[in-house]
Amino acid sequence: MFGYLIRSVLQAIMVMVAVAFIAFSMFRFVGDPVASIVGQDATIKDRQELAESLGLNDPMLVQFGRFLGNAVQGDFGISYRQGRPVATLLRERLPATIELAVISAALALALGLGLGIYTALKRDGWAANLVMSLSLIGVSLPTFLIGIGLIYVFGVVLRWLPTFGRGETVAFGWWTTGLLTESGRKSLILPVVTLGFYQLTLIMRLVRSEMLEVMRADYIRFARARGLTDSAINFKHALKNTMIPVVTITGMQLGSIVAFAITTETVFNWPGLGALFVKSVEVVDIPVMGAYLMFVGLIFVVVNLVVDMLYFLIDPRLSVGRTVAAK
Amino acid sequence: MNVMPNEPKVEAQTLRQWLNDSDLWLSFKDSPITIMAALTTLLIFVLAFFAPIFAPQDAFNPAVLNLMDGFTHPLERGAGSNMLFLLGSDAQGRDMLSALFYGTRVSLIVGLCSVGFSMALGISLGLIAGYVGGRTEQIIMRVADIQLSFPGLLIALLIFGVARGLIPPNKHETTALFVIIFAIGLAHWAQYARTVRASAMVERTKDYVQAAQLIGIKGLPIMAKHILPNVMGPVLVIATINLALAVIEEATLSFFGVGMPVTQPSLGTLIRFGQQYLMSGEWWILLFPALTIVILGLAINLLGDWLRDALNPKLR
Amino acid sequence: MTQPVLSVRNLKVEFVTRRGILRAIDDVSFDIAPGEVLGVVGESGAGKSLTGTAIIGLIDPPGRIAGGEVLLQGSRIDNLEKEAMRKIRGKRIGMIFQDPLTSLNPLFKISEQLVETIQTHTDMNAAQARQRAIDLLTEVGIPAPEKRIDGYPHEFSGGMRQRVVIALALAAEPELIIADEPTTALDVSVQAQIITLLKKLCRERGTAVMLVTHDMGVIAETADRVAVMYAGRIAEIGPVREVVQKARHPYAKGLMGAIPTLESSAERLMQIPGAMPRLTAIPKGCAFNPRCTEVFARCHVERPDVIPVGLSQVACWLYDTRKEAAA
Repeated sequence: MFGYLIRSVLQAIMVMVAVAFIAFSMFRFVGDPVASIVGQDATIKDRQELAESLGLNDPMLVQFGRFLGNAVQGDFGISYRQGRPVATLLRERLPATIELAVISAALALALGLGLGIYTALKRDGWAANLVMSLSLIGVSLPTFLIGIGLIYVFGVVLRWLPTFGRGETVAFGWWTTGLLTESGRKSLILPVVTLGFYQLTLIMRLVRSEMLEVMRADYIRFARARGLTDSAINFKHALKNTMIPVVTITGMQLGSIVAFAITTETVFNWPGLGALFVKSVEVVDIPVMGAYLMFVGLIFVVVNLVVDMLYFLIDPRLSVGRTVAAK
Repeated sequence: MNVMPNEPKVEAQTLRQWLNDSDLWLSFKDSPITIMAALTTLLIFVLAFFAPIFAPQDAFNPAVLNLMDGFTHPLERGAGSNMLFLLGSDAQGRDMLSALFYGTRVSLIVGLCSVGFSMALGISLGLIAGYVGGRTEQIIMRVADIQLSFPGLLIALLIFGVARGLIPPNKHETTALFVIIFAIGLAHWAQYARTVRASAMVERTKDYVQAAQLIGIKGLPIMAKHILPNVMGPVLVIATINLALAVIEEATLSFFGVGMPVTQPSLGTLIRFGQQYLMSGEWWILLFPALTIVILGLAINLLGDWLRDALNPKLR
Repeated sequence: MTQPVLSVRNLKVEFVTRRGILRAIDDVSFDIAPGEVLGVVGESGAGKSLTGTAIIGLIDPPGRIAGGEVLLQGSRIDNLEKEAMRKIRGKRIGMIFQDPLTSLNPLFKISEQLVETIQTHTDMNAAQARQRAIDLLTEVGIPAPEKRIDGYPHEFSGGMRQRVVIALALAAEPELIIADEPTTALDVSVQAQIITLLKKLCRERGTAVMLVTHDMGVIAETADRVAVMYAGRIAEIGPVREVVQKARHPYAKGLMGAIPTLESSAERLMQIPGAMPRLTAIPKGCAFNPRCTEVFARCHVERPDVIPVGLSQVACWLYDTRKEAAA
């Protein structure tokens, strides 16, 4: 069992290093660290001295090592555009994204699971077919259009909800939350629905297709042949077996919800990391791009680890050892 | 042996007979939704690609526009040129219907080319991974796995940003089309690679590959010849669904302002324009490009769904 | 004569497909007496497994029972409501499937699966059910059952798993067991043990067995009577000794002739040329006529009635002693 855990952690570290390397390459080769610090008038000699002092002439590995060391301590350099440390920018915008992401994920998960199971068990009912059709539309609708549509209907026409920003927020140390003010909560509604909707349709379709697959399995047939009740078969057996693949993919989905938030944040002017990233792509602000990449990579890796651990709890084939029994 | 009276005579089959037998055609015929989706897609494709023929106005040629026509409502005539604007006009008197055709054309070009790129890249990497095996295979597959869990949008944005950093600013507009195709294409190779590699893994152990290797012929092209027909079905399904995704991604990127520029707008760019006018009441500038994307996406997704169900042996 | 446990009369099973309606089981009739072992043999696709599935009411759409009757102890069960049929499954009719690996839910302990089945069909409480489960495991020959009962399926070998499956099928003491290829997925060395076990347990309890298999050797050893199926119809049915040693239907003759024995001096195994027809292309008249060495005119026109010959019944015009003029 330990072997499994250690292997997972090692893999996680490897992925992080790979991601960091990509970010580092971006820094080193696409951006021009020297040009961003000095102005246009600097002489060639000045530039060379600066390059030397920045360590840009050291061997690649050394530079990468330095980069990693800095990153681990939270130093991602200075934003080309804003002139402020990237780490500060990240910290300012992190709470907005996290709140949005977590609430959307919870919503998508709860509804997605429920609807997925429902449409799998009642596959020929009209309600199930309706839900499936709506979900197909959901997958075909670009997120930004959903956002625009919602803003138009609820913000402009009905005037029930705010159309941009987070509303008033309350600060705890460096964290800010919008959950404690009414305007904050109201501002959360539309973005959460927009972000969660796509996730919800994905999860729902996944749960449904996995469950349908499980219902065709031999052990379910044998359970029926033994006369077990429908509820025992559906909710005890089939559900548990569906969970394993669902946990994996849902985990990965939710892990990248932070990245999915890019569109939603842009449409709603939500002051989060995603909006920051889009801006940075527009102006080619490499340090911010690289830092964002690593952050998303970190979340992905952590969520994957958690999912791997969860497997352990659910699938006895991994935790209980194999024994060779006499025939 | 004596003649078996019940044995059917072997005849050359006409196309009609083959169609009647073919599961694919039967399931297509039976599903009115799929037929509608296919027709819609076809219509949109034709209108878009032949935009210069179908469009009433050469929408992105400034010389043709008349400012006095600006903000004409749909189904009304322009104040300046007295042209009938079926879908209204925008701030500069541009016919929205024509803009729609041209915009869709750009969107579709990006979509199709990026899918082609993804397919080529994915199939090649999948073949290599399956054939060579070992470390190479592991690395390729790992990268594919990781990439699959990130939204294509993020990857496309990243690549786009990097490309932008490498291309001098004055060339940004002219190279935008290629950069976008490259970015979106690169973001989606992984699924093809996975499917093809699975097939390749099975084929690699077969005798003809090993025989070829013994003689000294490279097994890879031979293996490719055998794998590709088998794998075309699932690959087509992936490609169809990818097409819808690519169109939507391109629209999103353009909407952000990091996609197709104003001089060569796609549906996303059009939507970006339209958004500013939504609040002030000229809703048609936004609505029609938006509707087009939704219908296009839906139609392609429906086709993809049908294709997947029709090709799935378990459901027959 | 005592009432048969199971009586199948003119059973027809159809599949509704895009290409039209396919009849997979076409007018099949047989009885099983209490405590009797009826073997059902035939090639893959002949409809033997499907017959078993139809009897226990587990046919999935697009298949359905299109005609005929299935009677258990004289009362019809093919037209029962879902809930009524569920009560019969496990309690009065048990079924064993081919692959013990996939028949057991890998995520649940053996004890849970046994206790659940026992409690579904009896009024025992958890402790009583557990004790009964242990007793059952002892009967099927699992060593140290009190310890092994809390294991998971993957901790057992193939043969052990099939024993557990048998225990599960017998848990509620059914009157009839349908065994669908119970040994095909097992090692040859284990097959004999499992068959012997099954036979012994059923004999002790007076349970009738419908043993579906394509392995003639098993039939010769285990069955009291045997039915030979071809293209969804019964070709010949009779006492095992008669059918094996004195097969009358040309197809059955071919099957029996293909069994290799130590005594025979033939140098080649007898082969039946051709292949069983697909469901879409069943010949008119007798389904076997394209491959039959003794075919004559009538075989192409009329489907043979089931004609009693000796202690068996044979569906072949060769044995029709009545004048053709008579109705």
